[in-house]
Amino acid sequence: MNKSVSQGAWWFVLPVVLLVAFNAIIPLMTVVNYSVQESFGENMFFWSGVRWFEQVLRSDRFLSALVRQVMFSGIVLVIEIPLGLMIALAMPRRGPWVSVCLVLMALPLLIPWNVVGAMWNIMALPDIGLLGKGLNALGLNYNYTRQPGAAWFTVVLMDVWHWTSLIVLLCYAGLVSIPDAYYQAAKIDSAPRWAVFRYIELPKLRYVLTIAILLRFMDSFMIYTEVVVLTGGGPGNATTFLSIDLVKTALGQFDLGPAAAMSLIYFLIILLLSWLFYTLMMRNQAR
Amino acid sequence: MRARFWVPTIYIVVLLLPIYWLLNMSFKTTNEILGGFTLWPHRFTLDNYRIIFTDPTWYNGYIASIEYVVINTILSVAVALPAAYAFSRYRFLGDKHLFFWLLTNRMAPPAVFALPFYQLYSAVGLFDTPWAVALAHTLFNIPLAVWILEGFMSGVPKELDETAYVDGYSFWRFFIRIFMPTIAAGIGVACFFCFMFSWVELLLAKTLTSVAAKPIAALMTKTASTSGYQLGLLAAAGSLTLIPGAVVIYFVRNYVAKGFALGRV
Repeated sequence: MNKSVSQGAWWFVLPVVLLVAFNAIIPLMTVVNYSVQESFGENMFFWSGVRWFEQVLRSDRFLSALVRQVMFSGIVLVIEIPLGLMIALAMPRRGPWVSVCLVLMALPLLIPWNVVGAMWNIMALPDIGLLGKGLNALGLNYNYTRQPGAAWFTVVLMDVWHWTSLIVLLCYAGLVSIPDAYYQAAKIDSAPRWAVFRYIELPKLRYVLTIAILLRFMDSFMIYTEVVVLTGGGPGNATTFLSIDLVKTALGQFDLGPAAAMSLIYFLIILLLSWLFYTLMMRNQAR
Repeated sequence: MRARFWVPTIYIVVLLLPIYWLLNMSFKTTNEILGGFTLWPHRFTLDNYRIIFTDPTWYNGYIASIEYVVINTILSVAVALPAAYAFSRYRFLGDKHLFFWLLTNRMAPPAVFALPFYQLYSAVGLFDTPWAVALAHTLFNIPLAVWILEGFMSGVPKELDETAYVDGYSFWRFFIRIFMPTIAAGIGVACFFCFMFSWVELLLAKTLTSVAAKPIAALMTKTASTSGYQLGLLAAAGSLTLIPGAVVIYFVRNYVAKGFALGRV
């Protein structure tokens, strides 16, 4: 669409800018403030430069939480994207079942995050949970509150359960927008199934897949509530991801300086990676 | 052809298993839960639900949650509508930067903002009111609403606007009487998403409330930790939080696929 230039349009965006600025800039400045100062209680603050940043970047605790976070996001993306794509491809395109499928699939997305955690907690209890009891009945020694491996398995499974539907719905939306004529042309050329996927479906899906990866990356990188309710970051620190570590430092120990420095580093990592995705996405769209 | 229908079917069954297990637990007595593993409630009871509906701390939690979710949804969509119109129709100084800046707020981890929000909303005297949570949630819901609405609005040809102006419509009359009905599906989807993300978010909702406006989901965490392990009650409270989501999604079921693609497909 060719847009006309109008500076008056600023009046339309002004309410949004004011509201978001109130919510974003004031708290962000608070964080920046804490990150460069040292406090001795009673509201006495001293300039401390980049000391907190150095401390955070050198601490094993932050780095190992970061490694765990990257691993978690990586695993989750690798499982959820192909799985969601596969399910979307197998979904019926029309008929009475489509709405039923969509509503049932979207259900996990609408459950409060701590209920998701509680639900999987109940599900995975080794003595009375369906999953825990089932795995133990199969002869596997499974106890997610004691074994780091089992805890990781449960957390990843929970996330896959929770969010794969988002990928399915996005991909499905992309698939139904492909005109039938494309498929008919492929049929006339007697193109094999993989060719239909590679040359008709995948190019159409590129845009929705970018959104899907972007959203899933951001949200998995910020995961907090579900994991805290399920494992509390344990056993030990096995499932302590960045947000959990941050809340422990800020609200638990009230170490404002390091927590603020950590917040900024954390936010910058997300921002940088998201910006990368966003530019790639917009370039694809422009093409 | 038959085989491919198995994939969605199996997937949906797997999705429903934990939900079934939650419902199963909510209808059991504490004795049965602690007594051992049962696949369905042998002694079916509604006591857990009775406790929730008779104890004001419990049902007030639901009212508080619904309150801030509704305020947030109306507020976010109302301010996002003109902004999305501006982004879809006009070019102005800094528009692309502004759009990206808005999106960065969708990327901000709530954990980063928990403590500063607590201080900010305490300072302005909104702490422990539904307004604090509703306003805090606009941080990520406004960018999302703008993004979705902009997608839907860009699908409406500009000729519609021009024809209306030629016919003598003022801007606001055109916007409310003609434009908004045209993108009604988009508004519905934007409302749905705001509702969804405000309803499921808990870290900020929990940090910004203490007694009066405590959301239902946060009450559950408290129960689990203070009064031993009342699994049945916890499961009943959890089951009840599924209802608003299920109701809302039923209304937008025909648009939800397009909405998830943010109106751009």
